[in-house]
Amino acid sequence: MDANVTTESASVISANVKAISIAILAMGGEGGGVLADWLVDVAEHAGYYAQSTSVPGVAQRTGATIYYVELFPEIVSDSGGKEPVLGLMPVPGEVDVVVASELMEAGRAIQRGLVTPDRTILIASEHRVYSMSERTAIADERVDSQSLLEAGNAAAKRFVHCDFARLANEKGSVISASLFGALAASGGLPFTREQFANAIRGGGVGVESSLAAFEAGYAAASQPAAIDHAAVSPPAAARPRRLEDLIARATHEFPAAGHEFILAGVRRLVDYQDERYARQYLDWLAPIHDADAQYGTGDFLLLAETARYLALWMTYEDAARVADLKIRRTRFERVRQEVRARPDQIVQINEFLHPSVDEITDILPARFSRFILRTKPLKRLVERFTGKGRVVQTTSLAGFLMLYALASMRHLRRQSLRFERECKLIREWLLQLPSLAAEDYRLAVETAECPRLIKGYGETHAHGMQNYIAVMSVLGRLRGKPNAADAVRRLREAALKDESGKILKQTLQEVNA
Amino acid sequence: MAERSFKKEVEKLRLGAGEEFHGEGILAVTKALLQSGVSYVGGYQGAPISHLMDVLTDAADILESLGVHFEHSASEATAAATLAASVNYPLRGAITFKSTVGTNVASDALANLASGGITGGALIIVGEDYGEGSSIMQERSHAFAMKSQMWLLDPRPNLPSIVRAIEEGFALSEATNTPVMLELRIRACHVYGRFIAKDNVRPQFTLKDAMETPARDVSRIVLPPASFLHEQEKIQKRWPAAQEFIKARGLNEFVADGAQDFGILLQGGMYNTVVRALELLGLGDIFGNSRVPLYIMNVTYPLIDDEVRRFCIGKRAVLVIEEGQPDFIEQNLNTILRRADIQTKLHGKDLLPMAGEYTAAVIMKGILQFVEKYAPQLLEGHRLPGVLQPAVQKPAAVQKVESEIHPRPPSFCTGCPERPIFTAMKLVERELGQHHVSCDIGCHLFSILPPFNLGATTMGYGLGWAGAAAFNTGETQKRTISIMGDGGFWHNGLTSGVGNAVFNKNDGVLVVIDNAYTAATGGQDILSSQADNRNRTTKLSIADAVRGVGVKWVRMVTRTYDVAGMRDLLKEALTTKEKGPKVIVAQSECTLNRQRRVKPLMKQLAEQGNRVVRERFGVDAETCTGDHSCIRLSGCPSLTIQPNPDPLRKDPVATVLDSCVGCGLCGEVAHAAVLCPSFYRADVITNPSRWDRLRNSFARPIIAFLQRRLDTRLAGNAA
Repeated sequence: MDANVTTESASVISANVKAISIAILAMGGEGGGVLADWLVDVAEHAGYYAQSTSVPGVAQRTGATIYYVELFPEIVSDSGGKEPVLGLMPVPGEVDVVVASELMEAGRAIQRGLVTPDRTILIASEHRVYSMSERTAIADERVDSQSLLEAGNAAAKRFVHCDFARLANEKGSVISASLFGALAASGGLPFTREQFANAIRGGGVGVESSLAAFEAGYAAASQPAAIDHAAVSPPAAARPRRLEDLIARATHEFPAAGHEFILAGVRRLVDYQDERYARQYLDWLAPIHDADAQYGTGDFLLLAETARYLALWMTYEDAARVADLKIRRTRFERVRQEVRARPDQIVQINEFLHPSVDEITDILPARFSRFILRTKPLKRLVERFTGKGRVVQTTSLAGFLMLYALASMRHLRRQSLRFERECKLIREWLLQLPSLAAEDYRLAVETAECPRLIKGYGETHAHGMQNYIAVMSVLGRLRGKPNAADAVRRLREAALKDESGKILKQTLQEVNA
Repeated sequence: MAERSFKKEVEKLRLGAGEEFHGEGILAVTKALLQSGVSYVGGYQGAPISHLMDVLTDAADILESLGVHFEHSASEATAAATLAASVNYPLRGAITFKSTVGTNVASDALANLASGGITGGALIIVGEDYGEGSSIMQERSHAFAMKSQMWLLDPRPNLPSIVRAIEEGFALSEATNTPVMLELRIRACHVYGRFIAKDNVRPQFTLKDAMETPARDVSRIVLPPASFLHEQEKIQKRWPAAQEFIKARGLNEFVADGAQDFGILLQGGMYNTVVRALELLGLGDIFGNSRVPLYIMNVTYPLIDDEVRRFCIGKRAVLVIEEGQPDFIEQNLNTILRRADIQTKLHGKDLLPMAGEYTAAVIMKGILQFVEKYAPQLLEGHRLPGVLQPAVQKPAAVQKVESEIHPRPPSFCTGCPERPIFTAMKLVERELGQHHVSCDIGCHLFSILPPFNLGATTMGYGLGWAGAAAFNTGETQKRTISIMGDGGFWHNGLTSGVGNAVFNKNDGVLVVIDNAYTAATGGQDILSSQADNRNRTTKLSIADAVRGVGVKWVRMVTRTYDVAGMRDLLKEALTTKEKGPKVIVAQSECTLNRQRRVKPLMKQLAEQGNRVVRERFGVDAETCTGDHSCIRLSGCPSLTIQPNPDPLRKDPVATVLDSCVGCGLCGEVAHAAVLCPSFYRADVITNPSRWDRLRNSFARPIIAFLQRRLDTRLAGNAA
């Protein structure tokens, strides 16, 4: 409402004088507002009008939100005698710089049309903060990061990307600081590195770490190509002497296409039980290999997938296995690292265990287990021990010794009830694969992947097993049908779609119809 | 203690005449109130005006020095009733809340206020929660201004205009004996800008003066026959006075009038976006110069008939840019033009969408169509902005991603004490089946989203239990579950929900989620807050209040993270033989506030050499089989997934991020739902005590010895 806009005649239009437009896409609590504040500070010190705004609302509770900043040089404004009228929201196609704190947020900016090849510099962190639906999926429904990166390359004039979250983390700071560094280096704004850094200095809180993260972001964005492709290749696995025989046998007897999973499987089985168990694994794989060689297409898909799921199934998670993994030195070290404990701090590790009666009797010798399950008072005694969840402190002597003892039950595993049960199911599954391959190779591959449904513990495991059995039960009827392989795939996917089992039930009806 | 502190920023409120103020819109509003000599301010927090309340809270010293009384009103109705102080006395008062939800609550008092009229300036600052970022039903405050006849200001969204609107608003209110509403859209509330300040003004007539020399005027009270006279007075006196005042002060603005034989009328709040649209169409520039005549209505109610006629007469056509529906302004304009028999064609919602936010792209499309119709030559030679050009085939990579972007709605924060309540409800659902769940307003409403998917309706703040009132029949044993937050409880839920249930012998279950703050609006204090507050009375018990209105079955939970306990209590409430209303008060402090309080304290204690334990959860990737049922029962932002380190496994494993605050829910869920043994809690002890060290040095050698034995077994196997 200033009087100075009231003019009665057509004014002279100053074409081609535009504001600089910056959109910042972030999630609540990520410091998007801090980044916008810093930017305003840089601009004002450099003689610019700066206007920022946002629509935080409830989005501050981890939702996606957008901060918008426009800048305009005071000197141009003074010569025109008027203050600029700056926008309150980004206009698709008219944004100079987009900063996204995460890769899917970059995708959202692209989806909203804010990133255009004629104009927009897109700065995005490569890391992912998974959405609720990605996290709650029973199997794997992650959006492919690679396709997000490709979209960034296709949509932007220039795409500056790097894991800015990691950079900030390494400097003990937050992502807003490293992104601010990238913004400074991007060349999208008419300010110097020093002007940017001064805004952080003026902020007063955590200046040292913020500046370090700022510098790291600046350096990374200055040479994005180098960061781009510096993929860290895992160190080549040392060839342990102890497994030489087994590895030699595996590589000798099986084609190269299967080596990755078979070797991983061998190592896993030795880790789980012993060399004998690994030899049994290779023995069991031999007929699958023969069938694949005879009926397969040469890529040994059946062998590879069978090798994968056979190894996982043979190393089913029982109480002894869990205990065995919990007490290892390497695990203690990893936990210390994960919680960022300093050497002078003591770390106590507490496990949340809730074994059921079955899980206890599972690892006891079969005859003994059956006796317990039959004898009511005995069963009740075990129930009393297992009825409630327990917190076991593995770093305490008592807790460690208990888990150590439990882990030692590994020696009795071959006599256990569970071993008996699992081996029977594994054999049933394995035995039909060669004959399936002879009839319908694709159906055999799909069937080989079905044990993916069996995972988790307790009820989750029982539920997964039910689904597995339900899918396998229709196999007989599907054999010989032209679309049998697709049907099995659909059933498997349906089982992994929802927990209630409704979708699987419906799909089973469709397949049976 | 509110989520955001303005302790530093409020110093800007002390700026004197001629000094330049830089800051957020909401802070500028506060400064303008002080410059206007306001005597009292009230309000209820809620986006986008929460920060206005927080600024005022943090400015207690300054307000005190100016003799200004500030209240956290119990509700918007309370805030509106507070304006009664301006009825008989020359006291300037202002109130603020989120609109339209707050205006709904306030409208009883507002209607009474507007009927009798006021002596001192009364300003109602509404945060118009409309469009992107809004969390409420999409409605307009405009209707309230019209129905009660209060003037509605919708200033251009920049700081000088907003500040002037407040100053002129008080004057307009006093000149017309009418309350004035000031509408600020979300972005305007949060806009950062600058303006030249004036000195703060201490009111000449004070609250003290009013209390010591009380006055009354029965003709201002809404009771027949005065109420009938009020209506006449509104039309015969206040309306014309407003028209005169607005014209005389030039509150509405004309730009480039005469430049064309067509023009655009717009709400002041739309100004920046319209200017940008004109700039991009080559019809204006960044300084607000325009080749198309503009009539900027900084007052959107009442319309100034003279000005409208003056702007429209002699023009072939005009376009009105009015955001939201119904199209009150357009209808009013039509009436004015018809009455004056002016043949200017009026466009509005025919070229612009009837509903939805008017973004730059939307406005640009509307103006483009309008200008193409009346002066296409103006557009010649200008390259249209990308968003108006015919859609081109997007690169395949972009198309692929566009279909894959997931929405990211808000959710419970890391460590939120409300989450375990809904986890417990999920577990109860497994055992007892589904129940009808009536929700309320607050963070707890996130329960309706994944992963919980709980809740059928929400009828308004504090109305959670009222929303289940009809489900009161003896024909079934099944009970309903209602949710209410502590904020909604004190706002009105104690009477509308609890009192109603007692009186009508409801057999349902109410869960009051007591996190000690109005958490969703930014963590402001309320009656049951556990914090010490110098200026407010806190630490009152919700359970006592519930018993006080006659509920017999009341249970308290003081640690909501106890999922098993919560589950059992809910089960008891749903199955007990006892008839009558059942209330569970589930109490745990909002984690955002708790972290803000506890974190610096822990750091300080550790630095002083005290024993400090930091708890953090983790997941062992080796034992996690990647079925993610733990995530489906929690949804915590810190509990997420990562690629499976096992080359044989495809599905990602669960992992806990460093942002974990160790609330304990992961462990409780693993136990209560019998999930999996992958979770661990690490207690990181800084400055361990002698006992810690002793235990450690006793256990460690033995553990190390046994671990070396394990190492030997595993040696040479790099699995």
